[in-house]
Amino acid sequence: MMEVVQLSKLEIGEKGKVVKVNGKGEISRRIRDMGVVPGAFVEVETKATLGDPIEIKVKGYHLILRGNEAAGIEVEKTG
Amino acid sequence: MKEIIAALAGNPNAGKTTVFNSLTGAHHHVGNYPGVTVEKKWGIVRYDDVKIRVVDLPGTYSLTAYSLEELVARNFVVEQRPDVVIDVVDASNLERNLYLAIQFMEIGVPLIIVLNMLDLAESRGLKINAGKLSKLLEAPVIPAVATKGKGMDDILEAIVTLASKRDEWHPINISYGNELDGQIDELTETIRKTKLNTDHYPARWLAIKLLEQDEQVQKLVKDSNTGKDLLERSEKFAKHIEDTFDDVPEGLIADHRYGYITSVYKQAVQRTMEERLSLSDKIDKVLINRAFGPLFLAVVLYFTYTIVFQASEFPVSLVEGFFGLIGDLTTRVIPDGLIHSLIVNGIIDGVGGVLSFVPLIMLMFLAIAVLEDSGYMARVAFLLDRMLRYFGLHGNSVLALIVSGGISGGCAVAGVMATRTLRNPKERIATILVSPFMNCGAKLPIYALLISAFFADSQAKVMFVLTLTSWGFALLAARALRSTVLRGSHTPFVMELPPYRMPTVKGLLIHMWERTWHYLKKAGTIILLVSIVIWALSTFPRAPDDWLAGKSAERRAQAEISYTIAGRIGNALEKVTAPLGFDWRTNIALVGGFAAKEIVVSTLGTVYSIGAVDSESPKGLSARLKREPGWTPLKAFSLMLFCMLYAPCFVTLAVIRNETGSWKWTVFAMVYTTSIAYMVSLVVYQGGLFFGIGV
Repeated sequence: MMEVVQLSKLEIGEKGKVVKVNGKGEISRRIRDMGVVPGAFVEVETKATLGDPIEIKVKGYHLILRGNEAAGIEVEKTG
Repeated sequence: MKEIIAALAGNPNAGKTTVFNSLTGAHHHVGNYPGVTVEKKWGIVRYDDVKIRVVDLPGTYSLTAYSLEELVARNFVVEQRPDVVIDVVDASNLERNLYLAIQFMEIGVPLIIVLNMLDLAESRGLKINAGKLSKLLEAPVIPAVATKGKGMDDILEAIVTLASKRDEWHPINISYGNELDGQIDELTETIRKTKLNTDHYPARWLAIKLLEQDEQVQKLVKDSNTGKDLLERSEKFAKHIEDTFDDVPEGLIADHRYGYITSVYKQAVQRTMEERLSLSDKIDKVLINRAFGPLFLAVVLYFTYTIVFQASEFPVSLVEGFFGLIGDLTTRVIPDGLIHSLIVNGIIDGVGGVLSFVPLIMLMFLAIAVLEDSGYMARVAFLLDRMLRYFGLHGNSVLALIVSGGISGGCAVAGVMATRTLRNPKERIATILVSPFMNCGAKLPIYALLISAFFADSQAKVMFVLTLTSWGFALLAARALRSTVLRGSHTPFVMELPPYRMPTVKGLLIHMWERTWHYLKKAGTIILLVSIVIWALSTFPRAPDDWLAGKSAERRAQAEISYTIAGRIGNALEKVTAPLGFDWRTNIALVGGFAAKEIVVSTLGTVYSIGAVDSESPKGLSARLKREPGWTPLKAFSLMLFCMLYAPCFVTLAVIRNETGSWKWTVFAMVYTTSIAYMVSLVVYQGGLFFGIGV
């Protein structure tokens, strides 16, 4: 069983596979519209100077989200 | 054949604008979608004697009811029923781009998919089988490279072919999982039977949207009995889904759309080489590095402004020379008198003074277009989001603040318009309200004048302090507004970081011109009007000769002005402004500055009776002020702060009215800024007097 953590807990360079997007309403919908859906692979590319927002790579492109939003995304660490 | 209506859709950054420009050429029509501030652009193309009207829909990632742009895009499609929708997709980022395409297919509108940026996809080792993709999606797929004009004729041909079929709409039938499929079928059945809104909306689409808890569709049906029944059923079902899957139906639907896309993608796309770090990724390793990112940002902004100011010096002097020439010619043709004074001192000096800034503003807009089109502006939003959020703003507020004059220069008119990228109305209004604090190009002549007169030894230092002060006030005001009248939650910041791209010359020119044209239109109308009003106020009533008798030439000119309405207003205001250090002559200038801040300098010139003052090199006036009793460095500093902070100019107010759609906010913008300006100048001037600084 792989370790499941919040996406916001991943360090720069770490990868994971999305298992669940929590939350209701606009935010969770927006995140899923952008391709962060269960089964998608994500990698943390960088974080802004104060550690927030973060930049991830998903479905071959780069996406920015804040720590708040990333905390609602559960990922299975893959590397 | 009647004209074909083709709606152009696509994700932001997919090259939709480039496709639109290549298809329609230079002639665009611009308007607004009914009732909203979303801009609507369209153009006409002829192909094989067929007239095609291409309507540019807002760039969107999805078609939810959450954002205005998405709502506008989908309402146009379902209500106006265009003959075809052209969906521009970024071939190098196909999966996410197809998500929008799928949603058009759910509506069932005839769809053409333009596989744009195919060269980029190939260079990244993606081999896309367009034929296969077309077969799987049951829609024409046109390979294209819009920046090189490749594929444009094919698009036009596909439009004509598809539109000539005049088919019924065929909504796609994809599976959202057993539970949802069953419920969608049941709801669709009821909608079909009762013909609920089916003259406009496809029944199955309505059913899906009801399950997605789409507010707009809920509103649409809620008034009929069937609708109430449907709402009840869909809500009950949503609860059931939440209990069984610990998720919401709209989430599951989104997941299944992506599931469908993944299977299409696997069949149509082959990877021919290992994914490597792209050039864009390598650049970002440095430019948005945690340590170097902010530093590099400061350097970029500094050079942008330096280049813009240096490059515009010559064209600005040319335009000024041109207006000077017209003034001289007019002087020769029209005899001295009221009409002469109106035309030369009122109209030519007033409008000319503002128009002479056009080259500077055009170059500013060009520089901003470069930052935007290259993709760097998105990085700036990323770097500054955390700081801006602390003050109640949003990463995307940064564009508006910089355009308004974040490092001196710029223009709040363009800045206020640049807030359109902000989706939360409260964050947007807060950004609009604080943008005018920035040091726009019109405030610079004021600073230049006073700095050279009173702070000649530390010019750069004072300018730096003024820049920091304007940011400080803008951010603090934002924080104050967001915790009082504009209290509310933060919007999420979920944004695509597009790869760096070399901007196209055509794209840059179009961007630059669109914004400049807005500015010119205002200068031609409002500023003309205000110039005439100011002229009249400072000319009438004219002082009677016996009142002027016995005064020296210098005193006479001042006495003439003090007799006019403007002079009387200035005198009346002295009671209020004396604690800030401003006398009646300064007041006249400040009242004029309500129209446009440049007018402060030209009005000071007039009241200190040294004739027309060249706002670019106000040496004469600055020497004069230095000699003038009552002027101290403290007064000058107090005045500079007041000019930085007080009411936005008329043009900006007009744009604020347009963008907020509210007189209330427009008046508020004028009142609260002036109040802050008053208090700040009061504290600074009185504090300075008390401690004996700068007196």
